[in-house]
Order: sequence, then C-alpha cells, then structure tokens
Amino acid sequence: MDARKSNPAIEERKHSILTKGEQNQQLKCNTDSVAGCVSQRACVYCGARVVLNPITDAVHLVHGPIGCASYTWDIRGSLTSGADLFRFSFSTDLQEMDVIFGGEGKLTRAIDDLVEKYHPPLIFVYSTCIVGVIGDDLEAVCKAAAQKHGIEVIPVQSSGFIGSKSAGYKAACDALLRLIQVPQGEEIQKGNAINYLGEFNLAGELWIIKNYLQRVGIKLNVALTGDSSYKNLKKATKAYLNIVQCAGSMNYIASQMKELYDIPYLNISFIGIEDTSESIRKIARTFQDLEMMRRTEELIQAETAAILPQIAYYRSKLQGKKAAIYVGGGFKAISLIKQFGELGIDVVMVGTQTGRQEEYDTINNLVSKGTVIMDDTNPSELERFIMEKEADLLVGGVKERPLAYKMGIAFIDHNHDRKHPLSGYVGAVNFAREVYATVCSPVWKYREQGGEP
Amino acid sequence: MKKQASNYRNVSENPCNMCMPLGGILAFKGIEGSMTVLHGSQGCATYMRRTISEHYEEPVDVASSSLNEKGTVFGGEDNLKKALENVRLIYNPQIIGVLTTCLAETIGEDIGRITSRYLQGQEITGLPIINVPTPGYGGSHSEGYWLTVYRIVCFLAEKTAKHNKVNVIVPHISTADLREIKRLLAAMGIDYTLLPDYTDTLDAPYSKPYQKSPAGGTKIEEIRKMSGARATLEMGITIDDAQSAGKYLRDEFGVPLFRVPLPVGIENTDLFFSTLKEIANYGTESAGMKSSGTDLPEEIKKARGRLLDGMFDSHKHNFEGQAVIFGEPEQVYAVTKLCLENGIKPAIMATGSRTKKIEQILQQEFDKLSDFDSEYSILGDTDFSHILEQCKNRKINIAIGHSEGKILTERAEIPLVRFGFPVIDRVGGQRILSVGYEGSLRFLDRITNTLLENKYKNYRANMFALFYEAKVR
Ligand code: SF4
Repeated sequence: MDARKSNPAIEERKHSILTKGEQNQQLKCNTDSVAGCVSQRACVYCGARVVLNPITDAVHLVHGPIGCASYTWDIRGSLTSGADLFRFSFSTDLQEMDVIFGGEGKLTRAIDDLVEKYHPPLIFVYSTCIVGVIGDDLEAVCKAAAQKHGIEVIPVQSSGFIGSKSAGYKAACDALLRLIQVPQGEEIQKGNAINYLGEFNLAGELWIIKNYLQRVGIKLNVALTGDSSYKNLKKATKAYLNIVQCAGSMNYIASQMKELYDIPYLNISFIGIEDTSESIRKIARTFQDLEMMRRTEELIQAETAAILPQIAYYRSKLQGKKAAIYVGGGFKAISLIKQFGELGIDVVMVGTQTGRQEEYDTINNLVSKGTVIMDDTNPSELERFIMEKEADLLVGGVKERPLAYKMGIAFIDHNHDRKHPLSGYVGAVNFAREVYATVCSPVWKYREQGGEP
Repeated sequence: MKKQASNYRNVSENPCNMCMPLGGILAFKGIEGSMTVLHGSQGCATYMRRTISEHYEEPVDVASSSLNEKGTVFGGEDNLKKALENVRLIYNPQIIGVLTTCLAETIGEDIGRITSRYLQGQEITGLPIINVPTPGYGGSHSEGYWLTVYRIVCFLAEKTAKHNKVNVIVPHISTADLREIKRLLAAMGIDYTLLPDYTDTLDAPYSKPYQKSPAGGTKIEEIRKMSGARATLEMGITIDDAQSAGKYLRDEFGVPLFRVPLPVGIENTDLFFSTLKEIANYGTESAGMKSSGTDLPEEIKKARGRLLDGMFDSHKHNFEGQAVIFGEPEQVYAVTKLCLENGIKPAIMATGSRTKKIEQILQQEFDKLSDFDSEYSILGDTDFSHILEQCKNRKINIAIGHSEGKILTERAEIPLVRFGFPVIDRVGGQRILSVGYEGSLRFLDRITNTLLENKYKNYRANMFALFYEAKVR
C-alpha cells in the first residue's frame, strides 16, 4: 500500500515537515498546534509542572479541576535524597459552583489546610485552563497566604491555553526567578561551586554527574530542579557558573541569571560518550586550573576505557540500523542523533514537540540527506514516515510506544518516568543496551506474520 | 459495627479518579469507525491519550481543537470546525464524538450549533456528530463514560421493527472481561448488541499492515436498532437514571430493562445468568418469538462448580483478609460482593466518583447482613489521602483497585491487587479477567495469593517478635 495515499497531507502542516536536501525553506516551528491533527503535545501547565515538580519539599498545588492534577501525579521519575512531598498530588478540585462563583476562597482554604498538615517551606500554585478564564487573582491569594503563614507561596501562571509546553517552561522559570531573587540591598557572594540547570534527577542522573564533577574537583551548588529543596535553591545566586542541560526549559532562566546576577552559563549535555566528555572538559576549562584539567582527562580516559568494549559490542550488532526520533525538546533530539552515530545507527526521521529554530538548524546539519525533519507531528505522520523510511526503531514517549509496537518495530522510551539513567558514561551503556535489547529482540522475526500461522 | 466518614475537603490529595472526558473517549472507542475530538486546549487530549495508552498499550488517537488564547476569548468555533475537517481528512470516520473540556464549557461554547453549522456548510450528510458535555469539573471519568453511552444511544436509536436481539450495555471493564461476556452470551445462544464494544479497538491484534483506525466496535446500524430489541441488560446498578441508556430505551421505545451488577463473584454471576434466562422467556408466548437461551450449558455449570470448589479450598486464607477497595463505582460494588462471599472483610470502600448511588447500594448490602461484625467505611468523592488516613489502625492487609493505589503499598505496606483502570505500572491491565465464574475464580486466586504472599513474607518475623522476644522480656 502506498503510505502517502493512505495519509493525506494536511495543507497547514506542509511547512512543518521537510526532507534534508530536498527543500531549502526553513522549518516552521514554535506555532500553535493545528486543530484536529492529533498533536502529541501537552499544555502550558504540564510544561511548568514537569520543570518544578522535582523540588522535593515544596507543595505543588494545582488550582483547577481534578483531571489536570490526576494526569500529572508523580509524573517524573525524579529521585530525592531528602523530602518526598513532591510525589504527592494536590488539587483544589474545582467544582461547578467554584467555576461560577470563583475559586479564590477555596484556594485560600486549601493553602491553609496544607500548611497546617505538612508545614512546607514553599508552595507553588499552578493555574489551569479554567482559572485563567474565571479570572481568579492568583497573585493576590498567594501574597495574602504568604503573609499569613510566613512562608513563600508562589503562583505559576500556567493556564493551558496561553501557548504550548514551552510557555509552561517560561512560567516555571519565572516562578524560580522569584524564588531565588536576592532581597534588596543584599550583596551577592559568589562561591566556586556551579549550578546545574535543566537536570531533573531522573533515575539518579544528577548524582552520577555530580560524582564526575566531584572527582575532578568541581562542587555542585544546586540543581534546577532535580533533588533540590527550598533551602538550597535559595543559594542559587551564589554560583560561579551555570551549566544548562535541558536548554528548552532553562535557557531563559540562565540568561536572566546572567543579567541579574552576572552568572555566566554554558550549554552542555551529558547524553552520549562524546557529549559527556566534551561537557566535562568545557566546564573544567572555565576554572583555568591545570591540575583540574589533568584530572578531567584522567577521568575521561578511565571512564571511556571502561565502557568502550561494551559499546563496541553493541555497535557491532546495531551497525546500519535506522532510527526515527520523536521527543519533547530539540536539545534531546540533537544528543540522540549523536548518540545513535556512536552506535552506527542512521537517523532517518527526527521531530520534536517544542524545538526551536536554532535547534532545527543544528539537527539539519547533523543528519544525512533524505532525513525527514518535522515539528509538532502526529501519529499519522509518524506512521507514514516510519514506513517510508523503513525505520527499525522509534524513540519517543509513552503515547508513541504502542504505535511503534503496533507497527512491529523497536522502541526506546525517552520519557521522564524512566527507571534507569541515560546520562553520563553509565547512561551511554544503558542506552546502548536498551537499543540492543529492543532492536535485536527475537520477537521481531514474527513481524511479517500477523495472525497467519 | 459500621462507620461512615464525611468526605468534604478544600483540597484533594492524591486523586482516586480522572476527569469526565476520559470516560467519554473510552465509550467512543467502542463504536465502529469512530473518532473523538476534544474541544478545548491541547493538553487535555494528550494527557488522556497517554493514560489510556499506558493501560491498554494501544495507540489512542484523539483530536483536540487545540484552543489557544484567541479561541478562548473570541470563541472556538473556527478551531472546532477545522478540527472536524482535519479529522475527516485523516481518519475518514463514520461517526465523530465531540467532547467538551473544562475550558470549552466555561467559555460557554454552543457545540450543537457549531457542529450542525459545520455539517451544513460542508454539505455533509450521513455523518453523525454526537456532542457530549463533559467538563472536567462535572464528574469523574466514570460519569463521563455513562453519560457518553447515554448520549450515543439517544442520538442514534430510532424507531424500528421489533427483533430478537438483546441490548447489553456494559460499564468500563477490561477487554478480557468484555470478551468473556461475549463468550458467555454466545454460549447461552443469545443474539445481542453489545455497547460499547472496544474489545478489538483497545486490544487490537497485531496485524500487517498497521491499521490507523482499528477494526471493531459496535456498528452504528446496530445502535440505531437497539430501540427494537427484545430487552436491555444494563450492567450498571450504580448509574444515575439521568445517564442510563437502558432507561432511555425503556421510556422512549418500551424496551424492557433489566439491570444487573457486573457478574463478578458467585451471586452476581448467578444473577447474570438467571436474568438472561428471564429475558429469554420474557413475553415469548405473547409475541410468538422463539425463546433464546434457556438452560445453562454444561461447560458453564462446570465452571460454576469449579468456582465453588476453589472458594472452599481457599476460604480460610480469605478469612484473614481485611480489604480496602477503590475505583469506579460499578467495580467497587462487584469487588465488595466478591469479598463478602468469601469471608474477606471489606473495611473501606472508596470511589472518586460523585454518584451517591454507590454509597446507598453498598449500605443496603451491609444492612442485609445482620451478623456482619466488622467495622467498615464507605467513601464517595474521595481521594487517597483520605483513604490512607482511614487505613490507619485498621489492620488492613489487602488493597484491590487500580495502579494509583500503589501509594497504599508505599506508605502503609498494604499489598495491592491490581484491578480496574488504570493499571499502568504493570503489563496486561487490559488482560485482567474477573467476570463470569471462571473470571471470578481467577480474580479470587490473585487476591488469596496476595494474602498468602504477605503472610509468608512476614510471619517468621512476626512470630519471633510476638513470642520469642516477648518471652525473654
Ligand atoms: S480537568 Fe479539565 S482542563 Fe484538566 S484535563 Fe480534565 S478536561 Fe482538561
């Protein structure tokens, strides 16, 4: 069957899809999803929630109806070394009457109850779609509650319809900026430790990187927001440098911190061997310390040597396979393309939900001719290009997984509730093993059969 | 002794339910060639698709009108029309369900007007578009499910000649359960219309090539003719009358209505079969129809015997059970009955749904038991923080319900038997079987074995602490 015929192209989506080497125009991105196209995107609230959620001792209170809170309960596999209040789901559970008469009173009472029960140092109040429409004054309610209880209560302006997930990232960054701001008149004392931005401690990834840095003599001040707490976030301004992993969510706050607190930032990535090594080097270099550079090279040497045989083994099994990528951010897509390169796998299709123009340019430079690049795609486009390009493997999130399996191809979960780390050298091995486990599983040999014995 | 707890709260902590449109999506998945559009902002559709996908391990395509700020302020008519147009282009559906979200309801969208204008404008005939008002704050996903089934029947059913089929309306259960119900109906020789029927759409076999719209589901033609059926068997004793498709068919078309609970456990399954027999004989002489399905087939009788045999074998183990049961109302009722029949004490029965009916029905069930001497609570419109609180100091040793109940294991070490929706931290949520005699026995075995596992895991330490250490002291 001709894949193109069974999937009529939607006119409005034409400029969001391009094939490298075939068209010269720029990819259209950062726009609203086209109605009816079954976008895989989440909303503003979700973007804000995933960024702030790892803050371990905060109450994350969703001001809205129950669904929004229900679907995002314990949404990330972020680990904690301290409090675990962040794993709870709190909602004002708005009802019809609240929608008609306003939900401010209920929100105030909800905060009162939570303070009494959990004594949190910090509360985030997220606004959802209808809160934006009924016009509750979140700012005022939070301010009054903060005064009453003597803790920080920070509103997160994340009404679902005001943009896409990236608008949610910005809302989260704004909330974080309020949190870390230095009281007027106070001097900022710079330490020699660094902040790690856009790292959420999925499956302990923060701890892995922290350990590498420690071994070369670099101290971590605080991560935004993996395994962070109210107290150590308050020290965020005291860093010497910000390193930024998830650029999509944190570039904004990094540039703000540069402007406000004169903290420079570096974009880094600990996904894949090449990026991990290069990133540690880049960070160490900023300290201009020869001894540190020596230790860095030593660490890279030792860690790489330890894993190379395994990587080589997996590479020998995977060489020549073809991968399709559909992930949330452009940053992750870029790292994945490189990582697949390390395994001898060619990327034939790559898309993101919230990629930015520069990221798509980088992607375009990295992939080979004929690769399809697309923004905010949907199941029918995914299906079409997976078939056309004969991909052996799809990388994506939970919603994409059943599609891949239904098509009888391998799949890698690159979503945020994963149970094994994909960062650093250990992550590189985990990734290679996972790709091997799925691509080389014996089950695919039955792929051609369907129900025919 | 009994106890009832009040459930009013300012803040919901750790929800026990999801929101209304999710149930609507599930119901539409059971209609052949259907596609669903959620009118509202993009996120709602994505969350719900993710949740359903995780449970059923199926691609679940649901469109959104992707309302943005402009649509929210000036009305979402253009967005919804465009969504309908694109859905038709990509999926070529035979029927479209439009479900509203919080946002669309709050800004007061007149969906009926928009969709009929759309159909007129495009000169489309013969494509039913069914609107269901499902604001997230209007109820839980189980209310959304029933309301959608109701609206589908109201929209489609039309006056037809009498025929011999039986309408079977089912609550949201696993696809394994649905399949088992179909098998039992066939074994009884009953000709039926099952609504909704998502056995194949939410549990599709692997096939090549990939099917964007999986085959299966109740045929629209069949739904139209539900009005002429011999009777309706509605598996839902917790449904509010206003959302009962069975009641609608009775009131509008005079189709006799038989309401039964989910056939889980011996009594409810007996009731299921006796009702089928009653339906088979109902009005046969007067109408001159031939009676369908009279006596229980041998295989089903044997299965009943095996269930009894299994119940006797494990009754002592079950006697030690103190259960917390939670989930959608219909299922909470069914599980409670199963527990009561087997000597497992239902200590807490909880649902996030807001229907008052489940509380009344359960209460009646306990009132019937004059010698029930254990403490119990019935919680409606509740959350897990409340359930957890109730579990304290109650010696509860088993939880039966969906995956989110894992919090009870994490925080109170109560082992969880996964059942209902969603089951997202284990594989095979869609394959959990619990209806009919065979299904009940399998389900009971899982419960008993969980009790045993817990007992064996702890008994050495418990006995040591209880007797050895006590003696030396
Ligand atoms: S509660 Fe309302 S806004 Fe939230 S997901 Fe459900 S329908 Fe959407």
